[in-house]
Amino acid sequence: MSPVIKKKGERFTLPSKYLLFILTFICTVMMLVTFGTDAFDGPLNSAFGYVIVPFQKGISNVGSWLSNRSDELVQIRSLLEENERLKEQIAVLTEENTLLQQDKYELNSLRQLMKLSDRYDEYEKVGARIISRDAGNWYSTFIIDKGEQDGLSVDMNVIAGGGLVGRITSIGPNWARVTAVISDNTNVSAMTLATQDNLIVSGDLKMMSKGVISFSQLVDSNGAVQEGDKIVTSDISDKYLPNILIGYIHTINRDANNITKSGYITPAVDFEHLSEVLVITDLKQQVEE
Amino acid sequence: MRKFVVAIMIVICFLLQSTVFTALNIGGIVPNLMIILTASVGFMRGEQEGLIIGFVCGLLWDVFYGDFLGFYAMVLMYIGFLNGKFSRSFYPEDIKLPIALIIVSDLTFGVLCYGISFLLRGKFDFTYYLLRVILPEALYTTVITLFLYPLILKINNALEARERRSAQKFV
Repeated sequence: MSPVIKKKGERFTLPSKYLLFILTFICTVMMLVTFGTDAFDGPLNSAFGYVIVPFQKGISNVGSWLSNRSDELVQIRSLLEENERLKEQIAVLTEENTLLQQDKYELNSLRQLMKLSDRYDEYEKVGARIISRDAGNWYSTFIIDKGEQDGLSVDMNVIAGGGLVGRITSIGPNWARVTAVISDNTNVSAMTLATQDNLIVSGDLKMMSKGVISFSQLVDSNGAVQEGDKIVTSDISDKYLPNILIGYIHTINRDANNITKSGYITPAVDFEHLSEVLVITDLKQQVEE
Repeated sequence: MRKFVVAIMIVICFLLQSTVFTALNIGGIVPNLMIILTASVGFMRGEQEGLIIGFVCGLLWDVFYGDFLGFYAMVLMYIGFLNGKFSRSFYPEDIKLPIALIIVSDLTFGVLCYGISFLLRGKFDFTYYLLRVILPEALYTTVITLFLYPLILKINNALEARERRSAQKFV
């Protein structure tokens, strides 16, 4: 007698072996389909987005309110000291800024002469709040509280505190997933600011416990790149806008092939204590192939 | 009724895991509430419910955090199913078997995640990931299980009592 038989008056039940088989098949198909395309992303992202995201927003609001209150109590004394120090810094920076402004006027007029477009464009930015983080322990991704309805789209760059955080990899109507540059599965094409040498920055779970991420394929034949040099996103990256600060070189090692160098970078962003981010709504210009 | 309660439990566990417990992480490690829920429903209610819960939990995870859909859904589904195999030797009074099953499930989950998404990308240092991610996660999950498991058991008992009452009413 077949186990899948419907007796009269009895509810139809499928033995779990068959259910397991069917669902495994569905999972495999979904994996294969979503590996290349994003066919299922739209409906599922919006359906789950409307159920989960409002709660996540609420919880993270309460959480950040509580942690702010406790921080306030602890930090008043240190804030006073910091305020003094920052005031001094403002004085110094204002002076520096006036000088730089003068340079900028000169640069702009020279650029106009040379008919060059501005290189460091002011990008359009939108602020967003982080409402939850990756529930697993393997990758660094998080969810922000803005999505398609706020004009965001996949591949937009995300920054915080002047440094690159990552880019949007998945989006729903009211949420977006940001994959951080420190996540183990990301690579960013970057360059050194001083010498414009290209290199690849890779997220690394293993090194992140020491607060650094790795870089590789730095061709630096003159040996001009030094520890502490700034690393920014490169002009040739497909997804990232140029000249966004990623971090500073921590250590440099010569590879066994004696041509390229690799090493570690200290990220500019404090990924542990990130609560608000800025999304750059300009996308990198894509060349149609 | 049961479906509704279980759906609420899945949503609460997912929310707790992705907001509260990521804030309460210890050394960057977050406990795995989805495993606790999937495994407990598995050995309390049997293979079929275990695998469905696992599938739903995993799909939720995939949509928000997975690179492609279906991976976590499949792993959690099998974990729920295999835990369901132990439903015959499960007694509510005994806490040793549930704890052992949850630890084994979480370790399996960790090893599978490592094997599929790290080993295949050429990250061979298994001992590092074992000591830094898989074991701490299992430990933290076990600690959370001690608090969460009695709660799930209570909810399950209440639901079963309710179902028995309504069944008697009809007879």
